[in-house]
Amino acid sequence: MDGKGKVIYINGPVVKAEHMVDFKVREMVMVGEKKLIGEVISLEEEIGTIQVYEDTTGLRIAEEVYSTGKPLSLRLGPGIIGNIFDGIERPLSKIYAGGGQFIPEGIGLISLDEEKLWNTEITVKKGDLLKSGDVFAHIQETSMIIHKAMVPPGIKGKVIRVVDNGYYTIRDTILILLDEEGNNYELKLAQEWPVRQPRPVRQRMPLEKLLITGQRVIDTFFPLAKGGTAAIPGGFGTGKTITQHQLAKWSDADLIVYIGCGERGNEMTEVLEDFPKLKDPNTGNPLLDRTVLIANTSNMPVAAREASIYTGITIAEYFRDMGYNVALMADSTSRWAEALREISGRLEEMPAEEGYPAYLASRLAAFYERAGYCKNLNGTEGSISIIGAVSPAGGDFSEPVTKYTKRIVGTFLALDRELAHARHFPSINWLLSYSNYISILSDWFSDKVASDLMEIRSKMMGILQEENKLMDIVKLVGEDVLPDDQRIILEIARIIKVGYLQQNAFHPQDLYTILPNQYSMLKVIDKLYDRAYACIKEGIPLSQVKEEKLFSDISLMKYQISEEKPELFQELIERINGYYDSLENRYKEGSTDED
Amino acid sequence: MKIKYLKLDKAEGPLIIMDEVPDAIYGEIVDIEVSGNEHRTGQVIQIDKNKVIIQVFQGSSGISLDEVAVSFSGKPMQIPLSHEILGRVFNGMGKPIDGAGEIYAHQDYNINGRPMNPVARLYPRNYIQTGISTIDGLMTLIRGQKLPIFSGDGLPHNQLAAQIVRQARISEEEAGNFAIVFAALGIKHDEADFFAKAFEEAGVMDWVTMFLNLADDPVMERIITPRCALTAAEYLAFECGREVLVIMTDMTSYCEALREISSAREEVPSRKGYPGYLYSDLASLYERAGMLKNTKGSITQIAILTMPNDDITHPIPDLTGYITEGQIVLDRSLYQLGIYPPINILPSLSRLMKDGIGKEFTREDHPDLANQVFSSYSKVQEIRALAQIIGEDELSEIDRKYMEFGRQLEEKFAKQDFEEYRDLNQTLDTMWKLMEILPEEELTRIDPVLLKKYLRK
Repeated sequence: MDGKGKVIYINGPVVKAEHMVDFKVREMVMVGEKKLIGEVISLEEEIGTIQVYEDTTGLRIAEEVYSTGKPLSLRLGPGIIGNIFDGIERPLSKIYAGGGQFIPEGIGLISLDEEKLWNTEITVKKGDLLKSGDVFAHIQETSMIIHKAMVPPGIKGKVIRVVDNGYYTIRDTILILLDEEGNNYELKLAQEWPVRQPRPVRQRMPLEKLLITGQRVIDTFFPLAKGGTAAIPGGFGTGKTITQHQLAKWSDADLIVYIGCGERGNEMTEVLEDFPKLKDPNTGNPLLDRTVLIANTSNMPVAAREASIYTGITIAEYFRDMGYNVALMADSTSRWAEALREISGRLEEMPAEEGYPAYLASRLAAFYERAGYCKNLNGTEGSISIIGAVSPAGGDFSEPVTKYTKRIVGTFLALDRELAHARHFPSINWLLSYSNYISILSDWFSDKVASDLMEIRSKMMGILQEENKLMDIVKLVGEDVLPDDQRIILEIARIIKVGYLQQNAFHPQDLYTILPNQYSMLKVIDKLYDRAYACIKEGIPLSQVKEEKLFSDISLMKYQISEEKPELFQELIERINGYYDSLENRYKEGSTDED
Repeated sequence: MKIKYLKLDKAEGPLIIMDEVPDAIYGEIVDIEVSGNEHRTGQVIQIDKNKVIIQVFQGSSGISLDEVAVSFSGKPMQIPLSHEILGRVFNGMGKPIDGAGEIYAHQDYNINGRPMNPVARLYPRNYIQTGISTIDGLMTLIRGQKLPIFSGDGLPHNQLAAQIVRQARISEEEAGNFAIVFAALGIKHDEADFFAKAFEEAGVMDWVTMFLNLADDPVMERIITPRCALTAAEYLAFECGREVLVIMTDMTSYCEALREISSAREEVPSRKGYPGYLYSDLASLYERAGMLKNTKGSITQIAILTMPNDDITHPIPDLTGYITEGQIVLDRSLYQLGIYPPINILPSLSRLMKDGIGKEFTREDHPDLANQVFSSYSKVQEIRALAQIIGEDELSEIDRKYMEFGRQLEEKFAKQDFEEYRDLNQTLDTMWKLMEILPEEELTRIDPVLLKKYLRK
């Protein structure tokens, strides 16, 4: 426990020390006079290699390394939500309040507020038998989240003493458990958990519910299941971060964990400024009341960037254990992979592809596998959905991080530079993207939305595919030479793209579309296609079939949706029917006249 | 009296290696006295027991293993700063070279800075009017933003930067509160002179601090130069409350210097031989732009980089684009057509624009209008490709209108004189004029209410 090492080697975030026989691999240590936080990553004889989570400039040879006796762990308890932490759970707002406009090194291990009194409602009584995961107290942490204090995994026993309802800090002992071997456990409102170890669950459940995001291209075209995984790869400027922000704002998860991993400082500031002002569409409470932010910006120490992903997922698991559906956004997993690469390089490990270590694929897989829909130890059900942004070098999807991620995730939302240049947002390329959850969610869609939704979806996808083929020809000879039955495909595809797939994140009516409206919009486009196509087949020329006003109103229907006007879609369908009925009649009359 | 070490183990390229140094500090600055008279500066970059690896900013050429005296300062690289630095010229290591003497300061500042706490940041929202239509209209520069210029060899990026400096100054209400920090990274003498002259003509010379590492200066000093410049910028912004514009050029030379030192250290390279930490290293520079809550002053960064072979997927522009808040991309073919500034509109972007324009900031029609121009101009590119194959005469009527729109956009909007200042209303009105060329049904990005209010008015 009180072993001390001595620094003998320093190279950026990698430090080696001797006299480390008493240390363990993955143990958290404090390095040097400034007590920089670090983690032992390997031991050889009595020499240990340490990755340090703070800037090592100023560290001197022969300074001491102190043991903490435990692995890199988080303190999990009330005070997490609405907060912003660095990569190892140190609260940035507290650092700021202490005068830290810039983040100094050597601030030590601080995490949750230990002084704050929480209004605690005890849910157990003396004599109760509790097992791992059982809830013993409730705290209304924010307007949206009841924090449930749980017996930590691996502990069970009989309650031999418990406090009354009242105000307690996370340091106060709430109850004492006595197990069969006669051991006493003092339980508090907070518990500790090592970040690299997944928290145990009773069993994994099949995924069968949709994570509703209000983003049309995602919900109906490339849906994500609650407990599933998604990747959003895209070059710079393709809108990864805006897409992630949209998901963080509008997903119907109970809790959002947003990890800014090696990205811009201003993006985190934007979330901090925007989220308190935005209201959750389901409850009307400020979005920050269900959000946890982890910020390791690109200029913060690289080793802490590696840890930030694990910090985020561990917090997500803790809330899943309470029975919540958690959505975790990691922006960007590529920066995390680069942190791995940088540390690996300094350890002089043999590189695999593009300098990345050979274990990149397995680390990525292990991270994404911590997602899932689970039955928790206490019998509740909860889920973690992971949405990871990927920043491929040069926008090339064949680079290692994108390639390995693609193999693991269920939904792949490929962002496209061409679409972004045309300011088609979200710039999700409908031909390169896919979702493996469509078949398992089809029952859910039938139950909750409409039985023919997925059918219409595949029809629309078919039109887009067809359009893509036709565009190859159009690029060579122009649109005018195509026959009308092909040109109508182009026209309908245009409506799908402009009127449905494009969604303006900054337009008050358009930023979020509820599922029934998504369905109605598709129904309208489907109707237009069926009627227009039938007319073309009757031999009516496209110039007649394409009624400019009708086509343009359908393209713009997304801006007209409002609660005061639920009959919008019905009106459009009636207009379509009205127009084509009369067109067909006119044409039939015309042709009979000629006969 | 400080201990001097008189023997080196190895000297190779930019590195020297010494044994038997018992208590070196990681990152400390060392002074290397060569042959009794010349002083060089180095930094400890790796310590292995008693063996110390030092990076020498002036290189190891001329150093012999036993005719040296190395003394360790115990401190990281620091420069003295006071408000006297305005109007002064320094070399790449922060030493005055204009003959006006040393800087006297109460405090020395660590040039590595510290990461800005995201909680302390103030989200930038105030736009800077540059008087350049393409920038103001389509990729608005925001105070506190880092917006680089992606250029190529022989393109007029220096002129563009100089024009921004001169014209942004005009709309600056608190003129006395303005400052420019200029960092030259491996550029030629005539380029540095061009900037000096441009600053003089703009009448801002008294507010400029220059750090010069020119093409014939030691390459390794280039690693230090931007850090000196940004430390000076932080001082001027957050301690003196000034609105600071930092111009760094050419970032490509900086990255090449970084690659050189990385390869000398025998590190595992990633793409094109650049080190795996290029992203983190660039971020440690670019992220020093911004604004702070409850603190006056701001740092706006315009970094210029030349894309090797005009390739935007090259690691330098690629990683820069991932860090900065947008980019202004210059295009060779536009320049050859005689269009100045040759800004390629489609790949250019200002990420902070969305929150700094519109009703409360510029004009209510600005966001939709900009969106429409991007979208229509991207269509122009498709149609041009088609016209190349089938000839313009074969195009449909609507496509011909797009062709016309594209031509006029480039001629009347993008093209602008080096001396010409256009205010924002003028720029937006020109954009509406361009919209008149296209049929109204094509303008799907603009709110119908705004169309009614502004189109053909």
